[in-house]
Amino acid sequence: MDRIPILKMGDLLLVTIQVDMHDRLAMTLQDDLTARIVKDRAHGVLIDISALDIVDSFIGRMISNTASMARILDARTVLVGMQPAVAITLVELGLRLEGVQTALNVDRGIELLRRSAA
Amino acid sequence: MADPAVTVMSARTDEDVVRLRKAVRDQMIALGFSLIDQTKIVTAASELARNMLRYGGGGDAHIEKIESGMRRGLSLTFIDQGQGIADIDLALRDGYTSGGGMGLGLSGAKRLSDEFDIISAPGEGTTVKIIKWKPF
Repeated sequence: MDRIPILKMGDLLLVTIQVDMHDRLAMTLQDDLTARIVKDRAHGVLIDISALDIVDSFIGRMISNTASMARILDARTVLVGMQPAVAITLVELGLRLEGVQTALNVDRGIELLRRSAA
Repeated sequence: MADPAVTVMSARTDEDVVRLRKAVRDQMIALGFSLIDQTKIVTAASELARNMLRYGGGGDAHIEKIESGMRRGLSLTFIDQGQGIADIDLALRDGYTSGGGMGLGLSGAKRLSDEFDIISAPGEGTTVKIIKWKPF
């Protein structure tokens, strides 16, 4: 079964979601990310969703859960590149992404993580 | 080749939901809906299709181009023969979930669309219909 690749950049993990994920794939990603945070002793996770034109409540919950688990493991999560139409829809959907910071792009996301680690 | 007014898609697997999202997106684009309206309705469709999978044992989605006077729109009907909903008002409340989700599927879909209708009863399955009109 296909998996979404997770890249290690120093003590950060970067996930770029480029496919319309089905629910099982999203759950696998959640598990994979949690395992990698532990294995790589990551302090930050960047989830790049700039290629996603849909974020529904299942994906939203996956992101929230990942951020919660990351926090327990002493890592911060930054969501990067949310498309404007997605942001508007999430607000109307009533979905709140608790415990997840956002940034415009990967560079800003890394800056955000570095700043809060300092 | 004539473009059918109604498309029926099965929603019984995770992959079906992905296919359905794409089909709804394509139809919204063909009707000239804005990107924001497309996103709202595809998201609503995703929520309702997932509900069918989770609680309805799978079902069918009917995608229909509709007209009313000068207005054109898209109507999506989700039909399952599953367990049905005992208390629709409760199910429509934000945050209420019987399945460990976020409880935003039904109420969210209602907010994201222009018209929303639901028929359901225990043991009688569930039918949810949403409509988005293209503003002129």
